[in-house]
Amino acid sequence: MEIDPFIFRLSIFILSIFVGYYVVWSVTPSLHTPLMSVTNAISSVIIVGAIIAALSGSSANNIFEVSNIFGFLAIILAAVNIFGGFLVTQRMLQMYKKKKK
Amino acid sequence: MSANLSALFYLISGILFILALRGLSSPETSRQGNYFGIAGMAIAIIVTFLSVGNFGTGFIYVLIFLVLGGSVGAFIAFKIPMTAMPELVAGFHSLVGLAAVFVAISAFLKPEAFNLGTIGDIKLASLIEMSLGAAIGAITFSGSIIAFLKLRGIMSGSPITFKGQHLINLILGLTIVFLIYYLCLSQSSNIFWGLVAISFLVGILLIIPIGGADMPVVISMLNSYSGWAAAGIGFTLENTALIITGALVGSSGAILSYIMCKGMNRSFFNVILGGWGASEQSSGTKKDEQKPVKNGNADDAAFLMKNASSVIIVPGYGMAVAQAQHALREMVDSLKKNGVKVSYAIHPVAGRMPGHMNVLLAEANVPYDEVFELDEINNDFANCDVAYVIGANDVTNPVAKSDPQSPIYGMPVLDVEKSKSVLFVKRSLSPGYAGIDNDLFYRDNTLMLFADAKKMTEEIVKSL
Repeated sequence: MEIDPFIFRLSIFILSIFVGYYVVWSVTPSLHTPLMSVTNAISSVIIVGAIIAALSGSSANNIFEVSNIFGFLAIILAAVNIFGGFLVTQRMLQMYKKKKK
Repeated sequence: MSANLSALFYLISGILFILALRGLSSPETSRQGNYFGIAGMAIAIIVTFLSVGNFGTGFIYVLIFLVLGGSVGAFIAFKIPMTAMPELVAGFHSLVGLAAVFVAISAFLKPEAFNLGTIGDIKLASLIEMSLGAAIGAITFSGSIIAFLKLRGIMSGSPITFKGQHLINLILGLTIVFLIYYLCLSQSSNIFWGLVAISFLVGILLIIPIGGADMPVVISMLNSYSGWAAAGIGFTLENTALIITGALVGSSGAILSYIMCKGMNRSFFNVILGGWGASEQSSGTKKDEQKPVKNGNADDAAFLMKNASSVIIVPGYGMAVAQAQHALREMVDSLKKNGVKVSYAIHPVAGRMPGHMNVLLAEANVPYDEVFELDEINNDFANCDVAYVIGANDVTNPVAKSDPQSPIYGMPVLDVEKSKSVLFVKRSLSPGYAGIDNDLFYRDNTLMLFADAKKMTEEIVKSL
């Protein structure tokens, strides 16, 4: 009997939770705020869904069907997050400096 | 681009995201980690364009919207003051949540585009995944909006509670489960819209009973939710990058919530069901008669610290409110010139989000190797001459160690009272968030400095 592809995705999901668990515990507490802003930025990878939604079945004469419009809206939201999230993380991380010897 | 090839690229961006988090294990590697994250995102977006393969008019619009949203995001990222970081993160969470809802709606309206079946005949598994993604996304959205309003001060930070609140939440939660079940049977779009609407409502009701100082838990929790929402959509779209990211973000937020709850010695449910500020406030030791306190001024403080050999600074939310971090650094600089050894002690729940104080100190150019966590520095108070408490309160209260009746009993606190003298900058004697008196005010070795944190620190700098 063939294994349902869903099971593979579920395996990836569960394993990633474990990876996340160990990786996040190793994050130093002083960087917990950048951790939140960077996780926020990467969760905006949901933009791949938004792009598919925006472009699906669109042709020159009907770009803005209802389902496409929701896709476009999601693209704007996710883009704000991607740029805002990564840049603000970068800005914070630039500030962490060691003692000048 | 073939589906297999793009799946491999999505896996690569997932791995880059893992490396992005891994980089945060130390400040030196963190910047590189952030670049990994950006690379992962770029790969995911480009691969999606190539696999959709539609470079017509729609593609131009996608680019326009991408640039539009991106410039708004970049503008915010450069303009936002560091003290406003908690509300920024809450605001960003709401956007992820809403984006998840929109993608789920789009998938529901046009399942063919995502290979999920046809309208009225969507695959059962996909239907469950997308409704979970939509529900959690909606809760994240409205919950984060409330958190944002509270942190921004637009809405009062005090808990809003009413009778039967928990019962209503329970009923609504069960309704969501029931609606998902019914949606699977009927495939009706009305049920789907109802599900989204009720989830928005749950998000609001879930966050309004939680008070200001519990925000570190709330923000971490919403962080976690935004991850689970992304994972739900990831299953719907059968996209590895989204599934991996969702799992990472979900567990990251959950761990942070756990750390924050532990920092307050409270269970997660105790916080979520609305705590301290609301119900237990009255049981505090307010009836105590007026006890004497020692009142000092900036010159006294400057004298004490100049003649000390070691000083520990204990910052809290009050420092962020008064924007006192730069003045504080100046004060420390002049102390160091006098040969005083200075370090900073940070309680896990100081401020309004995890790591809040560390970012503010970093902004003021305080080197991160002078800043210590509770466990690292707590023993040093006994050998320290002066503890300078600026904007912190409950996290220094010795009652947490001595009085089993106190609502904060058992909470890990900084042993500030063990230092030879304590300088406590505060505007008045009013109790802190937990609504209880701080025993530290009345100790013999405590000198109260009644003033705004920034003003007082500046005055001390002058008299140094």
